[in-house]
Amino acid sequence: MAGTLPISVAGRRLTVTRWDLLAVLLVLGVMVFLAEASRHLLAPLADLQMTPISLDPANLPEYAARTTLRMLAALALSLLFTFTYATLAAKNKHAGLLLVPLLDILQSVPILGFISVTVVFFMSLAPGRVLGAEFAAVFAIFTSQAWNMAFSFYQSLRTVPTELVEASHMFRLSPWMRFWRLDVPFAMPQLIFNMMLSMSGSWFFVVASEAISVGNTTITLPGVGSYIALAIERRSLVAVAWAIGTMLVVILLYDQLLFRPLVAWSDRFRFEQEAGAVPPRSWVLDVLRRSGVVAHLGDQLSLVWRRALPRRLPRSANKPMVTWRDRDDRRMARLWTAIVAAVALVATWQIGRFIADGVSLAEAGKAVLLGVATLVRVDVLIAIASLVWVPIGVAIGTRPRLSNLVQPVAQFLAAFPANLLFPIAVSAIVAFRLDPDIWLSPLMILGTQWYILFNVIAGAAAIPAELRDVGTNLQVRGWLWWRKVGLPAVFPYYVTGAITASGGSWNASIVAEVATWGDVRLQANGLGAYIAVATEAGDFHRIVLGIVVMSSFVVVINRAFWRPLYWYAERKFRLG
Amino acid sequence: MSATAGLLEIDSVRQAFPRPDGGQLLVLDDINLALAEGEIVALLGRSGSGKSTLLRLVAGLARPTAGSLSYLGQPITGPAPGIAMVFQSFALFPWLTVLENVELGLEALHVPDAEIRQRALAAIDLIGLDGYESAYPRELSGGMRQRVGFARALVVHPNILLMDEPFSALDVLTAENLRTDFLELWSDRRLPIKGVILVTHNIEEAVLMSDRILLFSRNPGHIIEEIKVDLPQPRNRLESRFRELVERIYVAMTARPTAAPRTAPPPERGIDAVLPRVSANLMSGLIEAVAGPPYNGKADLPLIASSLHMEVDDLFPVAESLQMLRFAEIEGGDIRLTDAGRQFADAAIDDRKRLFQRQLLAYVPLAAHIRRVLQDRANHVAPKSRFLDELEDHMITESADHTLRAVVAWARYAEAFAYDDDSGTFSLENPS
Repeated sequence: MAGTLPISVAGRRLTVTRWDLLAVLLVLGVMVFLAEASRHLLAPLADLQMTPISLDPANLPEYAARTTLRMLAALALSLLFTFTYATLAAKNKHAGLLLVPLLDILQSVPILGFISVTVVFFMSLAPGRVLGAEFAAVFAIFTSQAWNMAFSFYQSLRTVPTELVEASHMFRLSPWMRFWRLDVPFAMPQLIFNMMLSMSGSWFFVVASEAISVGNTTITLPGVGSYIALAIERRSLVAVAWAIGTMLVVILLYDQLLFRPLVAWSDRFRFEQEAGAVPPRSWVLDVLRRSGVVAHLGDQLSLVWRRALPRRLPRSANKPMVTWRDRDDRRMARLWTAIVAAVALVATWQIGRFIADGVSLAEAGKAVLLGVATLVRVDVLIAIASLVWVPIGVAIGTRPRLSNLVQPVAQFLAAFPANLLFPIAVSAIVAFRLDPDIWLSPLMILGTQWYILFNVIAGAAAIPAELRDVGTNLQVRGWLWWRKVGLPAVFPYYVTGAITASGGSWNASIVAEVATWGDVRLQANGLGAYIAVATEAGDFHRIVLGIVVMSSFVVVINRAFWRPLYWYAERKFRLG
Repeated sequence: MSATAGLLEIDSVRQAFPRPDGGQLLVLDDINLALAEGEIVALLGRSGSGKSTLLRLVAGLARPTAGSLSYLGQPITGPAPGIAMVFQSFALFPWLTVLENVELGLEALHVPDAEIRQRALAAIDLIGLDGYESAYPRELSGGMRQRVGFARALVVHPNILLMDEPFSALDVLTAENLRTDFLELWSDRRLPIKGVILVTHNIEEAVLMSDRILLFSRNPGHIIEEIKVDLPQPRNRLESRFRELVERIYVAMTARPTAAPRTAPPPERGIDAVLPRVSANLMSGLIEAVAGPPYNGKADLPLIASSLHMEVDDLFPVAESLQMLRFAEIEGGDIRLTDAGRQFADAAIDDRKRLFQRQLLAYVPLAAHIRRVLQDRANHVAPKSRFLDELEDHMITESADHTLRAVVAWARYAEAFAYDDDSGTFSLENPS
């Protein structure tokens, strides 16, 4: 915004410019899209059977709209979850003791295996209506988006600069006001970055959540996901190509219309006060900002938001920042620990009994062994992906122009659901009579390897120019350069990427260890396949057993391997 | 305001924090202060003397362990309307414009919109920020940012203004410019405030701005002296009475009972002293400066401080480290080199290291202790945790870590023993 503010606020002319027209078009377009895509929500479930999914590409715009709406609804839910859950975890010490580790566990639970369980629940909420199935799908997508957003928000809340906290106390901001004027703005850049990651990651779940089968009933919601499922069932390569094209368009659209503007807008919330690199730009944001009508409406809205809401909420009067007395504190903490321990015991008992009811000890042993098989697969794949992508990532990251080109491509590839490669994988394995135990594995890392590439590119781009100049000046080249400059500099970034990739691959194994193409079905021996098969059969005991085993694997590996490595990398190699 | 109730009254305030071992760390003890109308009181002391803690108590950001604080006769139990603060680091909201930053405090008070705008513009005008209303803090220089900090505090029309080292993050010229502007507004009674508490570690700043100086000392933080400044405003730094006062405060600040005893203690004892983190280079630098002309071995602290462009907080730890290693003595605001100090000044690098090692092992019990433990062990290696645990019996974890790092830095310069941070081990061997 240009010009001196007081005058422009008072005297902003309300004449309509071409920017206004463009802005109004953008806003109206979004509203029409929302209305169109949500029209079907209240229709009875039987309607779905009447109009089955069709592979006709003409239907794809509608499917794409509905899928996108589901993803956006899930994103809105994730935001709501983030603002409540993470806030509680950060602001209430006692709640935090439980909520933070809980979030860690939730992050490692393979929700893909859990979809069938939640479907039953959501269908019962709105019996006989599409709404119930929609809820279930949105919930499944939500579970793939929410955790990392909540975690990033929690971490931001914990690192709000002390002096700003003190200033907001000093000026007696109400907790509500403080949340919106300090906490949320401070967390915004990180949160938006995580929203982008979440959107990419959730495509994987879209495919799994739109064609839901519980036992022998299958509900197919119109969308890109169910289109892909049908294409695979009918062995239509053309339809698969159409689906890939549609995804590309959708990803481009929400990137341009939603995330670019958000990133450009959130740049002002960066806390580092020095003007750093070139600020991100977005043509959509420029249009909205230049439009007088939008600005006027925005002013009115923000006025209402800023002034009306805080007035209604009671203000915590004159409380100092530290209210807990030491002794009360300890007593409360002990009580709280006792309650949590009791609940945990009951839960363990319940889960144990539930599993023991349906499966034998030998079955549990088998699940653990299969877990080891999947573990070997994940680890080997991460190792291979690292060998491939770290050098490439460093090469790209040290060339800024190249990395600008590669970033969006990598983002698209990260969103690419493994199912879309089933045709190629299955045909190749059948044609060459390969061993599915080995050759299905690459599908697991298909979507997740890009996190390694992303992070390494970011790390290489962050190597200070001076360090690189020193390398050149001292003629450090070849393997010596990689050993002393390149690899150490990107190591912390690499570890972050590898942690994400490893966690994601576990989750992906549920889809990737069983591949179908028409009536050909290939299956590898692994925990993912175990859960997938149990889900198809509607065997809840085995589903829960599989999920418990997988979560345990992920948590143990995170704690025993990745976390120490992460802290080692932070301490030793983090620059600046 | 009633005539009887003082603007601000602090009565026998004491502040302690729990220590990990269950004991208490006393940071403020027996603080008494009454702020009169029209008065600027400076709280002057080194870092760690609890003056900022006291300011936060007045601000209602924390509560004292014992004693009471009252504002206009009412006990302070939380941030009070009528007490505003200016922060050392400005504490501006980077995502709000100058105008929005200034308006924030009024919005929290639910002042009507029109009045908010009018008062904010008036405060911006008063503090000389005209034309910057729509700028974001990141676009401003440090001095301009702190002006926003002042405008934001003044716009709520506080009775008391708290200033937490408001000029220490600014360069010399900008700080002086801002101080002068503030004093001018204050003297002309154009500020809507009745009293000011200024926290600072800059002696000249305290003498320049305040009517009364409370001198703080450490361990625990307490007031050692109250000094009235009855020079007329505007004050001149070069005037003799001004210089005398500065000199007197230097003497008072250095004359406090020093922790270091006259003779070397037996090496088993005394490892509980918290060591300052002062680099050997800084110490060499100060020795050279004092040894060279025009001081020739003995220097006046305020003089050498200003010629080296160092503030009290930078200079004192270095001088104290020299005193601890018996390279120098401090008395009556003067620093004087010992024989060891003079030898050091004249020596070449290898001899300097040898001298430093001798002094370090003789007068820093912790260094001698670590070296002896290493010598006693067969492989001459010991883990960091061995010494850290020992130190934590005597001090809080943070100080223990600090102290260990300080002794490692000195021992490295002196080549007394080696430390490998990756494995966290001490050893007698240096890589050869």
